[in-house]
Amino acid sequence: MPSEPMIGARLLLKALVEQGVEDIFGYPGGAVLPIYDEIFKQNRIRHILVRQEGGAVHAAEGYARSTGKVGVVLVTSGPGATNAVTGLTDALMDSVPIVCLTGQVPTHLIGNDAFQEADTVGITRPCTKHNYLVKNVNNLARTIHEAFHVARSGRPGPVVVDLPKDVVLAMGQYVSAADAKPKSYRPQVKGDATSIEQAVELMRTAKRPLFYCGGGVVNSGPRASKLLTELVRTTGFPCTLTLMGLGTFPASDPQYLGMVGMHGLYESNNAMHDCDLMIAVGSRFDDRVTGKLTAFSPNSRKIHIDIDPSSINKNVRVDIGIVGDIANVLEDMLAVWKAKKTSTDRKALAPWWKQIETWRARKCLSYRHDSKIIMPQYALQRLYDLTKHRDDVYITTEVGQHQMWAAQFMRFDKPNHWLTSGGLGTMGYGLPSAMGVQVAHPDALVIDVAGEASILMNIQEMSTISQYGLPVKVFILNNEYMGMVRQWQELMHGGRYSQSYMSSLPDFVKLAESFHAVGLRATKPEELDDVIREMIACPKAVIADIRVDQKENCFPMIPSGAAHNEMLLGPADQAQKPTSEEGMVLV
Amino acid sequence: MATKKAGRKPQSPQPIPLPARPGAVEAPIVKNHTISVLVDNEPGVLARVVGLFSGRGYNIESLTVAEVDPKEALSRINIVTSGTPMVIEQIKAQLGRLVPVHRVTDLTMLGASVERELALVKVRSTGDKRIESLRIADVFRARALDSTIDSFVFEVVGTTEKVNAFIRLMESLGLTDVSRTGVAAISRGAQSI
Ligand SMILES: Cc1cc2nc3c(=O)[nH]c(=O)nc-3n(C[C@H](O)[C@H](O)[C@H](O)COP(=O)(O)OP(=O)(O)OC[C@H]3O[C@@H](n4cnc5c(N)ncnc54)[C@H](O)[C@@H]3O)c2cc1C
Ligand SMILES: Cc1ncc(C[n+]2csc(CCOP(=O)(O)OP(=O)(O)O)c2C)c(N)n1
Ligand SMILES: [Mg+2]
Repeated sequence: MPSEPMIGARLLLKALVEQGVEDIFGYPGGAVLPIYDEIFKQNRIRHILVRQEGGAVHAAEGYARSTGKVGVVLVTSGPGATNAVTGLTDALMDSVPIVCLTGQVPTHLIGNDAFQEADTVGITRPCTKHNYLVKNVNNLARTIHEAFHVARSGRPGPVVVDLPKDVVLAMGQYVSAADAKPKSYRPQVKGDATSIEQAVELMRTAKRPLFYCGGGVVNSGPRASKLLTELVRTTGFPCTLTLMGLGTFPASDPQYLGMVGMHGLYESNNAMHDCDLMIAVGSRFDDRVTGKLTAFSPNSRKIHIDIDPSSINKNVRVDIGIVGDIANVLEDMLAVWKAKKTSTDRKALAPWWKQIETWRARKCLSYRHDSKIIMPQYALQRLYDLTKHRDDVYITTEVGQHQMWAAQFMRFDKPNHWLTSGGLGTMGYGLPSAMGVQVAHPDALVIDVAGEASILMNIQEMSTISQYGLPVKVFILNNEYMGMVRQWQELMHGGRYSQSYMSSLPDFVKLAESFHAVGLRATKPEELDDVIREMIACPKAVIADIRVDQKENCFPMIPSGAAHNEMLLGPADQAQKPTSEEGMVLV
Repeated sequence: MATKKAGRKPQSPQPIPLPARPGAVEAPIVKNHTISVLVDNEPGVLARVVGLFSGRGYNIESLTVAEVDPKEALSRINIVTSGTPMVIEQIKAQLGRLVPVHRVTDLTMLGASVERELALVKVRSTGDKRIESLRIADVFRARALDSTIDSFVFEVVGTTEKVNAFIRLMESLGLTDVSRTGVAAISRGAQSI
């Protein structure tokens, strides 16, 4: 039975409510005023007014990744939409489900260089999973439902729906989600049974196996993490995680080796190099992980479970590719494992673990202690020690050395509690993302581990944080440098620190106060614990300015163009092994 | 999807045959492939496909698109591209990821298929050259669609190689303009693509 026709803007909100949306991050403007008018008239959906549209998308990313729900953004046409582009690209690279509603000039003006017109669909085509321009109000509700379906199904990602002003003002019919079946998009979720059996067979006979798991396990949901943990424990194999996968296998488990890749642990990278069977689960063989491709894990058979067929055999040829949703595939794999009463080659596994223990004994994360200067690693070690008793801690990061140290020193036993910009590496991600997490989890302890350079990229969101009383904590490892840039300049450009010193920094304590938050500072190691405790206890938002060693570099490091067994473990290695010419051109 | 898990697999005592190991370093043999893509006929779908190719650095040798099923609003895009086996596999997977794409078929991998292309070729000449161009057109079964005292427009249909050969021969006989459709392709036999 068709319902009463209603104005497009109301159809839109009705569709959002049906999709379970409770919070939207947005910023108004001319093209979306009718939508804001409808938002004004209702109270089912809360609108969080950000201070820049880029912040809205990162906030929605934090919201989405910490809850497993789709994050929703609403911005105006032209500059509103173009400001969202970085966040959309970030969400695409890290597979975060986002629906971004953009205003557009009325249909009859499209193409006329009208005021605040931008070809949003054209601009966002390569940085979204899919996008739509709604030209007819009667397609509006259907398109919204389809957008949510596309954003959350298969490999999740950002979807833009461009809404011309005349369409949201026209009268139209509502279509419910059940009546809006998408035409063509049906990703494969069930893994091929024969391939799963072959995988189990390889695992049965493996002598030096390794699980290499990533963000896809987060995407698949908490059940996937449980099944992964069960499978890893059943097999007794070692497990390493990517930056995006931290928390999907418990860091406290003895079978956990730590992060893999460019700044991953010595034991993980060596295990990856020497293994004879690699089981990749929701990880995409990114260049930060593989290093030099021709030297990547040369003697292993590889199994790859991924929902996106284009992830399989993209960078590295694998022996068995299994397309499917991780939770589904792991469940089937465990069923086969049990049904066949499979047992592993224990005789071979013992020396493999012994080898891993010798790598572990190298203690690659140890750092120089200093009684006068706060070492950045020490700051994070203390932050972890003083928060680890809680199970409601969410860590977001900006991009740089602090991000890598956070990945090494903060440990996670559950997925969805670690949020970082991995694929795009977007400075300015951490603060708005933390804001989004806090909106979804008002009572949780949400900490943005930041660098003093990155934090300035979206510092305006402190104002949003203040408006909504979000007690977000910003923990700045202030080294007065774009530390990661300085490290590369030291490594590859003869220590010529071109444009990487951060002069004229604001006084972060006063900055916090001007945003109605609390500012704290630690300059000596003995002040650190008190500052962290005060930060955690504070019911308001806090910026903690932690003055750390300015010259410390992040190790271990696989330099560009090098192999996993050519890791730099500290300053001494760095001096001995100059970067190859081949490596110089790599990012 | 709601299949029972427990005891689903018969217990086979035989070892599972494993796939052959992929060659460690694949010899980079670049080959042409004709890929047929069935898509929703909606605005922007061609831009998505073309943007995918340019954005990821794949080649397009030829591309054609037209609606083939007005009832279901489906179009077929024929793409001739080139790459190593790994790149071709990636191209197909990337195409399959696009939301309005229904089906991706690699006609080159499928085996027997027919491919045709049509070209309109304008030749301007007089005397011997004019006569020679007519003779060659005859050999290629090209039709003269238009003729003036000193020009012809030929229509030639065939494989890309045949069309190329015809155009090459016309170059010395007064060729002035060429307009080509690009490749349309379909599999042989009763099987639908
Ligand atoms: C400064 C810096 C340094 C970095 N250093 C490192 C480093 O040392 N180590 C490191 O690991 N990374 C590092 N990164 C991050 C790196 O760039 C990549 O973002 C990261 O390695 C990718 O993680 P992933 O392989 O888990 O894949 P993700 O990007 O998380 O992709 C997820 C994969 O899972 C698949 N998937 C999604 N959903 C499902 C599902 N339901 N079922 C099955 N499959 C699914 C997707 O198709 C995709 O292939 C660094 C980033 C920065 C900015
Ligand atoms: C938007 C953006 N611009 C530039 C870069 C390149 N970049 C990567 S890390 C970095 C420096 C970060 O400095 P800071 O936030 O102080 O962190 P640190 O490395 O000092 O811990 C830069 C400029 C980036 N990742 N993102
Ligand atoms: Mg810094």
